[in-house]
Amino acid sequence: MCLAVPARIIEASGNRGRMELEGNTREVDLSFIDNPQVGDWILVHAGFAIEKLDPAEAAETLRIFEEMRGGADASGEG
Amino acid sequence: MADEKIVLAHGGGGTLTRGLIEKVIIPALGGDAGGLPDAAPVPGTAGLVLTTDSFVVKPLEFKGGDIGSLSVHGTVNDLAVSGAEPLALSMGLIIEEGLDIEVLRRVLVSAAAAARVCGVRIITGDTKVVARGEADQLFVNTAGVGVRRITSDPRGLKPGDCVLINGPIADHGVAVMSQREGIDFRTTVESDSAPVWPFVRALIEVGVEVHAMRDPTRGGVAACCVEMAEGSGVTVELDEGALPVRRQVRAACEMLGLDPLTVANEGKIIAFIPEKDSARALEAFRKIPSGENAAIIGRVVERRRFPASMKTCLGGERIVEMPYGEELPRIC
Amino acid sequence: MRPEKAEEYLRRIRLAGDEAGRVVRLMEVCGTHTHAIGRGGLRAVLPATVELVSGPGCPVCVTSQRDVERMLLLARIPGVTVCTFGDMLRVPGVSSSLEKERARGADVRVVYSPLDALETARREPGQQVAFLAVGFETTAPGVAAVMLRARDERVGNFSAIVTHKLILPAMEAVLDGGSNIDGFLTPGHVSVIIGADAYEELAGRRGIPCVATGFEPIDVLEGIAMLLELIGQGRGGSFIQYRRAVKRKGNEKAWGAMMEAFRITDGEWRGIGVIPGSGLKLRDELSELDAEKRFNLPELEPVELRGCRCGEVLKGMIHPPECPLFGKVCTPASPVGPCMVSSEGSCAARYRYG
Repeated sequence: MCLAVPARIIEASGNRGRMELEGNTREVDLSFIDNPQVGDWILVHAGFAIEKLDPAEAAETLRIFEEMRGGADASGEG
Repeated sequence: MADEKIVLAHGGGGTLTRGLIEKVIIPALGGDAGGLPDAAPVPGTAGLVLTTDSFVVKPLEFKGGDIGSLSVHGTVNDLAVSGAEPLALSMGLIIEEGLDIEVLRRVLVSAAAAARVCGVRIITGDTKVVARGEADQLFVNTAGVGVRRITSDPRGLKPGDCVLINGPIADHGVAVMSQREGIDFRTTVESDSAPVWPFVRALIEVGVEVHAMRDPTRGGVAACCVEMAEGSGVTVELDEGALPVRRQVRAACEMLGLDPLTVANEGKIIAFIPEKDSARALEAFRKIPSGENAAIIGRVVERRRFPASMKTCLGGERIVEMPYGEELPRIC
Repeated sequence: MRPEKAEEYLRRIRLAGDEAGRVVRLMEVCGTHTHAIGRGGLRAVLPATVELVSGPGCPVCVTSQRDVERMLLLARIPGVTVCTFGDMLRVPGVSSSLEKERARGADVRVVYSPLDALETARREPGQQVAFLAVGFETTAPGVAAVMLRARDERVGNFSAIVTHKLILPAMEAVLDGGSNIDGFLTPGHVSVIIGADAYEELAGRRGIPCVATGFEPIDVLEGIAMLLELIGQGRGGSFIQYRRAVKRKGNEKAWGAMMEAFRITDGEWRGIGVIPGSGLKLRDELSELDAEKRFNLPELEPVELRGCRCGEVLKGMIHPPECPLFGKVCTPASPVGPCMVSSEGSCAARYRYG
C-alpha cells in the first residue's frame, strides 16, 4: 500500500510547512523530519513528510523517469 | 431493489452511471427514448440535432472557467462531436436562496461571452429559486440545437482507425478537484473548458473521413474509449508514450492518487480517423492555437478480450477500464 | 523504445532466471506494487521464469468486515461526522458501505490526511468528528501524531476507530501458510518507517531475501533483478533497492510517535483471520479518543465469507482465478473478498490486467 510522492519544501515553520511539486502545493507536516529546510526534497504520505530524500539519488531517479516518459509530457504552460 | 438509493458515483460517468441509464432511465421512459445518446436528430426536421446537459460544478468559479462558460461549452461540445454546428441554446437556472447576485451576474456574463465565441445565441431561458439547502448555490441546465454538417456515429469505430486528441488531458478535473473543500491543495492547473467546434470544422474543411468523435468529459479518456469501443465491437489500443499530459497535471494526479486517463476534460475532442487521413487530420488540429499538443494517442484494432488497453512506456500492456464513478483522492 | 536502465534490469532478470533453471516465485507484499506492476504492464515483459504473487499488503482490503461494520455503525449515529480516506468509501461490510450510508444521509467526508480530519473537528466544534484509521506503518505514524495532538490540545469532539496493521507478522503468516515464496519485494514506504533492518531477523531465520522496493515500474524491475540474483547466490537477508528513501534504521521519530499513541495487539485481517501481534490499538492513556468506547459501539461477531478463498490468495497459495467466486459472483463492481475490494487487491488487479 501507500502512495507517497516526492516533493520540495517551499515553506517551513516548526513542524508545519508547504510542499511543492510541479506548481502544485499543499500543507505538509514536518514533525517526522530532522531539521527540515526550504529546498529539501521530501517523501510525503497522507500529509506527512515521512523521509528526506537523498538529493543525488532523487535527481538520478527523476532523470530516468524523464527518459521513460519521453515525449509524453505536454508543454508546461497552463 | 426497493431500498436502493442513488450514490454520488451514479453521476460520475462510469459504470454506475451507465447502469442507471440502461436499467432505470431508458426502461422507465419507454420505447420512445431510444438509446438516449448525448445528442440526437430531431424527428421531422432536416438535420436538426438536439442535446441537453446540466451543470452542478463546485466551486461555481474555478481556475480557467466557471459554471456559466462551462454550461455553454458542455452543450455546444455535445453538438459538435455529434457532427452538428451549434446554433442556439436555452438556459435554465436553479438558484439557491442566499446566492450573491453579483456571483450570478459574473457567471452569466461569462456564459454570454462564451456563447459569443462559440457563435451561438442563448435564445430562451427559465429561472427558479429554491430554499436554502435545496440546491447548492446554482445549478444550470442548457439545451442546444445545431444543424448536422458531418456524420459522426459513436458506434462507428473501425479497425485501422487512428485515435486523435486535440491536446493534453485531465486539466479540468484537476483544476476543479484542487478547489474542493477539505483538500488543502493548490495548483497552477487551469480548466481546459473551451468549445471543440473549431476542431470539428477543421476536419470538415480539410475533407478527411471521420468515423466517430466524442468529448471525453466525466470519466475521462478511459470512459470515452471503453464505451465507444464496446459500442463498435472493437478494441482501442492507446499508447502511453503518446498521451499528452502536462507535467503539473501528472504531478497533481500523483499527489492525489488519480489516474489522468479517468480525469474529466471540458475542451477535448477525441476523433477516430482512418489511417490514410490521420496525418492530415493531425495537421489540421495542430494549426488551431489550442491544438498545438494534439496527438495520435492510439489505434483501433479488431476486438480482443478487453475493449481498451494501453501499451506502456516499458513495453508492457495494461487494460484500460471503465472508471467506477466518483474521483476520490486515495492514499494507497 | 525502453529506457536503457529498463533494458539493463530486464537483461539481469533474464540471466538470473535462466541460471535458476526453474520458476522463481516472488511476492510483492504491497498492494501499491501490485498496482504499479499492472499499470506498467510488467507481467508481459518478464520472462516465464519469474512468477509474481500478490501479497496481503493492501490495508483497505484486509480491514476485517467486523471493523467495517463498526465504521458503518458509527457513521449511522446522528451528529457524528465520519472522516475517511477515499479508499475506504466503497469497501463493503455485511450490511452496506460508507458510500451507501452517505446516500442514506450519514455525514461521511473524504480526507487526504488525518490532519484534515482533526481540522474538521476544530472547525466544527458542535459536531462529533471521528476518523477511520486504516493503513500500515506508513500511515499509522501520521495518525498517531494527530491523536497525540488531539489529546494535548483537548479537542473534545475528535475520536477515531483504529485498525492499523503491521506488515512483518503478515509476511510471517504468509511463510507459515506453506506458500513456497522464494523472495519478498517489501513495501518501499513501510520500509521508510520501519527501516531495512527490521526485516533482517525474519530474513535470516527463514533464509529468504527481502528487497525494499520503490513504486515506479523501473524500481520494481530493479527490485526483481536484485531478488533473483540474491536467490541465485542463496543469500537471505534484507536489502534496499529504494535507496533514495529507505534507510537501515528507518524513521525513528515516526516510529516513536506510533509507539507513543498505539500498542501492539492481535490484528484481524479480512479473509485471513487473526494474526498475532499484527494490529495497533490506541494506548489506554488515549482511550478517551477511542470512538468505539465514546459511542458504546457493540461487540460484533466475526464475519465469515462463504466460498471466498482470499485467505489463500493473500498468502500466495492459489491464483485468483482458482477461486470459484472469481469473476462470477465476485467482481470489482460487487466484490466479496478483500482481494477484489480495493483496486489494488490481488483479484481486482488480476481481473483488470488479466
